[in-house]
Amino acid sequence: MDVELRGITKRFGPVTANDNVNLTIRAGEVLGLLGENGAGKSTMMNILSGLYSPDEGEILIDGKKVDFEGPGDGIEAGIGMVHQHFMLVPVFTVAENVILGVEPTGKFDYLDLATARKQVRDINEKYGLQVDPDALIEDLPVGIQQRVEILKVLFRSAEVLILDEPTAVLTPQEVEDFFGIVKSLRDAGKAIVFITHKLHEILEISDRINVLRGGRITGEGDPKTMTEKELAEMMVGRPVSFDVEKGPFKPGETLLDVKDLVVLRENDDIAVDHVSFHVRSGEVVGIAGVQGNGQSALIEAITGLQQAVDGTVDFLGKDITHASVRERHRMGMAHVPEDRHKSGMISNFTIYENMVLNTYYEDRFSSGPAIKWPEVLKTSAQYAVDFDVRTPSVYLKAGNLSGGNQQKMVVARELERETKLVIASQPTRGLDVGSIEYIHSRLMHSRDEGDGVIIVSSELDEIMSLSDRVLVMYDGKIVAEFDATAGPLDKNAIGLAMAGVTA
Amino acid sequence: MTDTTSQSSLTEKLLQRAAPGRAEFEDLVIVPIFAVIVALIVGALVMLATAVDIETIGRSYLALLQGSLGSVNAISETLTSAIPLVLAGLGLALGFRAGLFNIGAEGQIVVGGIAAVIVGFSFPGLPWIIHLPLALLAGALAGGLYASIAGYLRAATGAHEVITTIMLNLSSYLLLSWMLGLEWMQRPGRSDPVSKSVLPSAELPRLLTDIDPNLRLHAGIFVMIAAVILVHWLLFKTKTGFEYRASGENPDAARYAGMHASAIIVFAMATAGALAGLAGANQVLGVLERATPGFSSGIGFDAISVALLGRSHPVGVLFAGLLFGALEAGGRQMQVDAGVSIDLISIIQALIIVFIAAPLLVRAIFPWGFKKPAGR
Amino acid sequence: MTAASTTDLAPDAKIDTHKARQARIYGIVLIGLAILVAAVFGYGSEGNATFGLSRPRDPWVIPNLVIPAASFNYIAAAVLAFLGMRQFMRGGSRWSTVSIAVGFALATAAFLVWATAGKSFSLTGMLSATVVAAVPIALGGLAGVLSERVAVVNIAIEGMLLAGAFTGALMGSLLGGWGGLLSAVLVGGMFGFILAALVVTYRMDQIIAGVVITLFVTGVTSYVSSQVFSEYRFLNNAPVFRAWKIPFLGDIPVIGPVLFNQNLFVYGAFILVSVATYYLFYTRYGLRARSVGEHPRAADTLGINVYRTRYINVTLAGMVAGFGGAWFTLGSVGRFDENMTGGLGYIGLAAMIFGRWHPFGALMAALIFGFADSLQQKLAIVRTPIPSEFLAMAPYLATIVVVAGFVGRSRPPAADGKPYVKE
Repeated sequence: MDVELRGITKRFGPVTANDNVNLTIRAGEVLGLLGENGAGKSTMMNILSGLYSPDEGEILIDGKKVDFEGPGDGIEAGIGMVHQHFMLVPVFTVAENVILGVEPTGKFDYLDLATARKQVRDINEKYGLQVDPDALIEDLPVGIQQRVEILKVLFRSAEVLILDEPTAVLTPQEVEDFFGIVKSLRDAGKAIVFITHKLHEILEISDRINVLRGGRITGEGDPKTMTEKELAEMMVGRPVSFDVEKGPFKPGETLLDVKDLVVLRENDDIAVDHVSFHVRSGEVVGIAGVQGNGQSALIEAITGLQQAVDGTVDFLGKDITHASVRERHRMGMAHVPEDRHKSGMISNFTIYENMVLNTYYEDRFSSGPAIKWPEVLKTSAQYAVDFDVRTPSVYLKAGNLSGGNQQKMVVARELERETKLVIASQPTRGLDVGSIEYIHSRLMHSRDEGDGVIIVSSELDEIMSLSDRVLVMYDGKIVAEFDATAGPLDKNAIGLAMAGVTA
Repeated sequence: MTDTTSQSSLTEKLLQRAAPGRAEFEDLVIVPIFAVIVALIVGALVMLATAVDIETIGRSYLALLQGSLGSVNAISETLTSAIPLVLAGLGLALGFRAGLFNIGAEGQIVVGGIAAVIVGFSFPGLPWIIHLPLALLAGALAGGLYASIAGYLRAATGAHEVITTIMLNLSSYLLLSWMLGLEWMQRPGRSDPVSKSVLPSAELPRLLTDIDPNLRLHAGIFVMIAAVILVHWLLFKTKTGFEYRASGENPDAARYAGMHASAIIVFAMATAGALAGLAGANQVLGVLERATPGFSSGIGFDAISVALLGRSHPVGVLFAGLLFGALEAGGRQMQVDAGVSIDLISIIQALIIVFIAAPLLVRAIFPWGFKKPAGR
Repeated sequence: MTAASTTDLAPDAKIDTHKARQARIYGIVLIGLAILVAAVFGYGSEGNATFGLSRPRDPWVIPNLVIPAASFNYIAAAVLAFLGMRQFMRGGSRWSTVSIAVGFALATAAFLVWATAGKSFSLTGMLSATVVAAVPIALGGLAGVLSERVAVVNIAIEGMLLAGAFTGALMGSLLGGWGGLLSAVLVGGMFGFILAALVVTYRMDQIIAGVVITLFVTGVTSYVSSQVFSEYRFLNNAPVFRAWKIPFLGDIPVIGPVLFNQNLFVYGAFILVSVATYYLFYTRYGLRARSVGEHPRAADTLGINVYRTRYINVTLAGMVAGFGGAWFTLGSVGRFDENMTGGLGYIGLAAMIFGRWHPFGALMAALIFGFADSLQQKLAIVRTPIPSEFLAMAPYLATIVVVAGFVGRSRPPAADGKPYVKE
């Protein structure tokens, strides 16, 4: 089945997400769609699957025009979308998730789970997916959950599979397995659209590449002849340097010393399993690992958002294992949280209120029980200018800023203080290249000024380019340590460690 | 590096307050006005549906107006009714801002009234300058403690405060009727549940007795005004208020910022309860001078409407409380003049909140007042 | 990759898990109960407690159950102490829940024995009253389940019950029992529909919408009651559905009168709970409804109409609540009084939470609340030392205990309380 998008345009208020896009998808082929965050890839795919309707343009399947009125229409036409953020009900089983909406039934609308299980097993065998139909989604690792998404799409006889940033949560080895599945689907005659912003992957898996920038297709190419550099330039619109400017490595005394830390999850499972490591002044320690291996719990225990049940955390020579969040903050610990909307900022508060979210009680901003708002206003305007937060006024609600500017605001708030240790969790997730570069340079600046920096990221490239030392977390333990200053890092070895394979 | 002059002019620009947008004006002014108008219209329809003739409907609304604003007595009644509504409404608004649905204002009013009346009829011989504030304080403390039960349960166990406060409400009525039967509390010589009278040294004095000794407006109005100013200052100028608002908007971000979520929940509920308790104390010390079953007369529930109509802002609550006070005073006149039951007022109040809390609904009914949102 | 569990740790690791803490708390509670039972109920009891098991007109007569009060209570205290000790020594989660449930049951039995010592009362009668008292709570709880399973918090149940009661009385007076019942169900459904509209289409905050509907219904019913019913009494004089005895089953001793000699509303409650369970867990519509409650965006991407699903289920919830409300008038006194639902709608919500958002769970929980209610009524008659007002508070305090999770924490549907906005 071939699908063509002709002249597709979609606007959200003043923003034009897709601008006169022309795209052809052919059966038996992997089309790589490259674009940075905010370029319009997701919008386009949501239009293809029927979730959005285009303002202009048309969709043709095998030459015939089709109109999608809802998400069900895309699936019915044979276009299946595998979302970046999984659309799986955690408390249902694999089989229940796969059949949802197209359930086999018996008398009196009886839900026929036995048939469903058999059908899931059949698809498993056909494409080599190996997923247990009766497992609960919340018990499955992320890599397997993704296969459930693929199962969903195949169950509905999709001929076109759209994969939206599928490798974001996989280790390098899992990526290889995943590519194997993609190739076998392609060889079976399906059309695959592979959406990503990762350059080396798109070169590896695609048969053809289209580049999306600012809502328009700005480049097409043959992966066999293109280079990463060319692609990057097409994606961003200007030459991109992949190196981050760093000062010389001059580590000082130990700032943070974590010993034998144990942290539990809500259900009493172990999230952090006797972890020990240290961070020195002037050093960047990157923590690599697939999300869900305990990194978040580790950071929460270090910052005080969660209590460890065993082990100690020493900061600047003092035992802070049971200190409050505020005490650690006062001592100079800064934290850029991984989900800015959830914890880092309050969307309905103004920018100036957000700028003092965790410093409002300090002497410079308060006198007695009251807050000195004029001081707050002046300071936040200063911060916004310093950190290039693009806004017409500090009175604006933070929720109205773009993602990149929101993150810059959070980073400004954290870095503008007297800091000794900066902890950045997924600091550039979902941001455009310009903001990413800016935040990276500020983090390096802190490190050059003598702060210790911890970066937690699931983007291995980010960790590798920024860190002086790389720790890999797997299953709650630190399973490997790599010294970046001793020579170039071995990506393969790191990848193996992320998957739990230790040398 | 940018030179300092252009830098400072940039920061100057950022400090300019953005002009209030059209959307905000619509939300704060147009929607409430429409809400009240539509509610009154539907109220008339309800009367029609219960076989009230048009002439009587007209008389009812006229009585409503006269009873609320038409004479010095009317204004005195409006203000007297408004005082506890504003106080309890402030309590609820404070709770809403901290993300807590304190439906239990009614119970806190009852408990506050009980405490105030006990202090009020005890301690004979105490000068009023000590006795009166003491009684008011007792009311506030009792309300605050009662509410903090729900706050503590919410903080420690996650029990939803809507259900716990409603249960506390229902328990408070039973507590009141039991206490009114106790020997040391019941008025001597009476077998019906009435408490002893509040001593004159603890009463909130009437203010307009020079004009007419029957005017009921009492010194509680100063308590009310002080409360409005205090709550405004608390919410918008203090650290505690900042913490309440942050916790209400995004509890995760509040925790990340080092705020103690549990403490905030308990204190916010306690403060809200203290204000409601103060409302109860007001009723007992300024209007009734004793406690009887049902002295709270639904003020706690009306206060929910007041807080919602006032958009949880102290000044808004003040105006909303005055409006509802007017409706109540006028409603009583309406019942006397036109024979229409005062329960109609509750219907009107409920309708007002529906429209306030669902601006989309108002826009759907009255598209011409509003700018069209940007198309999808 | 599944995370390591705490059992992987070395046995001497002194890690304080949540389960360990909970086991300790239960242990303390059980020992506290043991002391209470021994000191107050055991020591303070004299004579025998006589529980009547048969009623005068039963075909088979069973002798009364006579229990020596003090001995029973001392034994009960001993069992409680044993369970409490066990918690400290080997508190695992399964045993913890069973122990605390058994513990409370024993303590309640001990209380009953103490209160009845030297007197007698009809146990069967009390059990029968329990089932009756449980009906509005179970139906309210079921309405809550149907609504919250699609992630719509339903504070309006109290209002819907009241609307059902009112309509049942009014229409019952005009159209007879069945006409009144049908009208009540329809009116309940109407308010369910209104709640859905406010919450789904107009995106009102769910709790405020629920509170408003309840306020509105209270206002309207009180208004009409005082304005119209006082003058036109014939409008408030509905027939009452009498009990129907099921042949054979109704004659079984003890169980017969309790379960098989009740009126339409009791049977209806049991039937509705069964039907709802089948619907939610054994049909595809139930699967879709539950998916809307857990992960609406996922359901949306699969072509399930989230808005329509919520409308349908919340309207159904309203219909169930309408039926439950009709019990107050058509199943009980035949006459509407202002605010006659007395907070039972909220207790129904507590039953829903206690029952872990499952129809049968809500029914079981409702029976427990019903037991508390009929217990306090019987005790008021039997004249115990505790003032009647405090006994009347029992159901409310029980509700607080339940929602505070003292009897087991559970998880509501994941999207509960959040509006769904389609992009």
